[in-house]
Amino acid sequence: MKKFTRKKDFDAIVIGCSAGGMDALKHILSSLPINFPFPVIIVQHRHVDSDGYLAVILNDTCSIPVKEVEDKEPLRTGIVYLAPSNYHVLLEKNRHFALSIDEKVNYTRPSIDILFESAANVFQERLVGIILTGANHDGSQGLKRIQEQGGETIVQDPDTAEYNTMPLAALKTANVDHILGLQKISNFLNDLV
Amino acid sequence: MNEQTQDIEIDLLLEAMFRKYGYDFRNYARASIERRILHQLSKSGLSNISEMQGRLLADKEFFKRMLLDLSINVTEMFRDASFYVAFREKVVPYLRAHPFIRIWIAGCATGEEVYSMAIVLQEEGLFDQTRIYATDINEEVLQIAKEGVYSLENIQEYTLNYQKAGGQKAFSDYYTAHQDTAVITPSLKTHVVFASHNLVHDAKFNEMHLISCRNVMIYFNQTLKDRVLKLFHESLCPLGLLCLGSKESVQFSAYENQFDPLIKDEKIYKKKGF
Ligand SMILES: C[S@@+](CC[C@H](N)C(=O)[O-])C[C@H]1O[C@@H](n2cnc3c(N)ncnc32)[C@H](O)[C@@H]1O
Repeated sequence: MKKFTRKKDFDAIVIGCSAGGMDALKHILSSLPINFPFPVIIVQHRHVDSDGYLAVILNDTCSIPVKEVEDKEPLRTGIVYLAPSNYHVLLEKNRHFALSIDEKVNYTRPSIDILFESAANVFQERLVGIILTGANHDGSQGLKRIQEQGGETIVQDPDTAEYNTMPLAALKTANVDHILGLQKISNFLNDLV
Repeated sequence: MNEQTQDIEIDLLLEAMFRKYGYDFRNYARASIERRILHQLSKSGLSNISEMQGRLLADKEFFKRMLLDLSINVTEMFRDASFYVAFREKVVPYLRAHPFIRIWIAGCATGEEVYSMAIVLQEEGLFDQTRIYATDINEEVLQIAKEGVYSLENIQEYTLNYQKAGGQKAFSDYYTAHQDTAVITPSLKTHVVFASHNLVHDAKFNEMHLISCRNVMIYFNQTLKDRVLKLFHESLCPLGLLCLGSKESVQFSAYENQFDPLIKDEKIYKKKGF
């Protein structure tokens, strides 16, 4: 077992998901209290044209504000950030966002691996990485990187995931700390408050 | 490897590149540049960044490959359809007021954005009174831009983009298929000048009515972005327009107050009068 976790141990939460992610995200984000003391950064794969609507829907279902990332904006606590479609999201050491349109990684842009790897470099052990439902392998390498840097890693229990490919791939690649259903993931995050 | 050591190695590599070859990536967005360098390292078979530095100083071809890899040239025709819709509706009427229009597309990559804008201006009857200056740091992509020969594979996507962007004609009017390529129709090149220009240190070269610099400054850090916004500000005529990429803005920069949003959602700004 790993160290027990307290609020001050973390600076940010990153979440990656793909097919089926919308419902899973709604479940988790709607459970977060308005005073949630961390920034949450999400890559949800989606169609290039789906601009903006995901943020609007999620904003309607949860009490903390949800917005799409803008280039060079500073990371703030208590905000849920969504990767915009057709851009990769990276974090700078000064905790500002940096977008890129580099070629696709794992056939996708935004890529979960890119966000997770750069967040791991910035936050090291003060980061929670979560992989949810999805039908591809994106995110495994990134989760592994978070784990190597000493961060906390969570994978949605594949038996409960709408699509289990992504959770299974992550479990195969990284030696994760927790395998949890959606309710337990919500509980985990709420316990950090 | 120790994070700090790697940071030092990257600093030295960028310094070497600048002093030996004059290309200055020191104020590029660090997270991206670091990713590119590590990517290059894993392809090179060398064991660390310091070794890359040695190789770079000794081998110009190696530098050239690195340069290509560091300047991300990903682009497409009619990227962000809603931008071109807004351009037609709100920017074209503004441009119409000028008897002669000068447009600067900075960081034009392989030219797809240039020809997209040329198509809109031609359809709106403004192209003949326009001069487009299309610039990039990278000579190889400029060559492709000049030739205007693209892979036929992408044309289906571009046709869709064109229609969503408010295009009324058959997109096939704008190219001829030749084997597996699409050759841009020569009339779209008539008022375009392609030239090499480095935003890091090159100066203003004309007074512009509109500058489009989309998805270029995302690769710059705040210091360099401020410098480039200053250059754009100087290069624009009073009330001239600045178009940025859909997730960029003049916010978070020292020049925030020098521009007013014209179409906020599409990141089209107007230089303040006084
Ligand atoms: C991602 S592309 C953007 C292409 C196009 N504007 C678009 O939005 O699709 C970025 C371009 O900026 C160019 N670039 C990078 N640094 C530059 C510099 N210092 N000066 C001029 N161009 C630069 C690159 O060579 C590349 O072609």
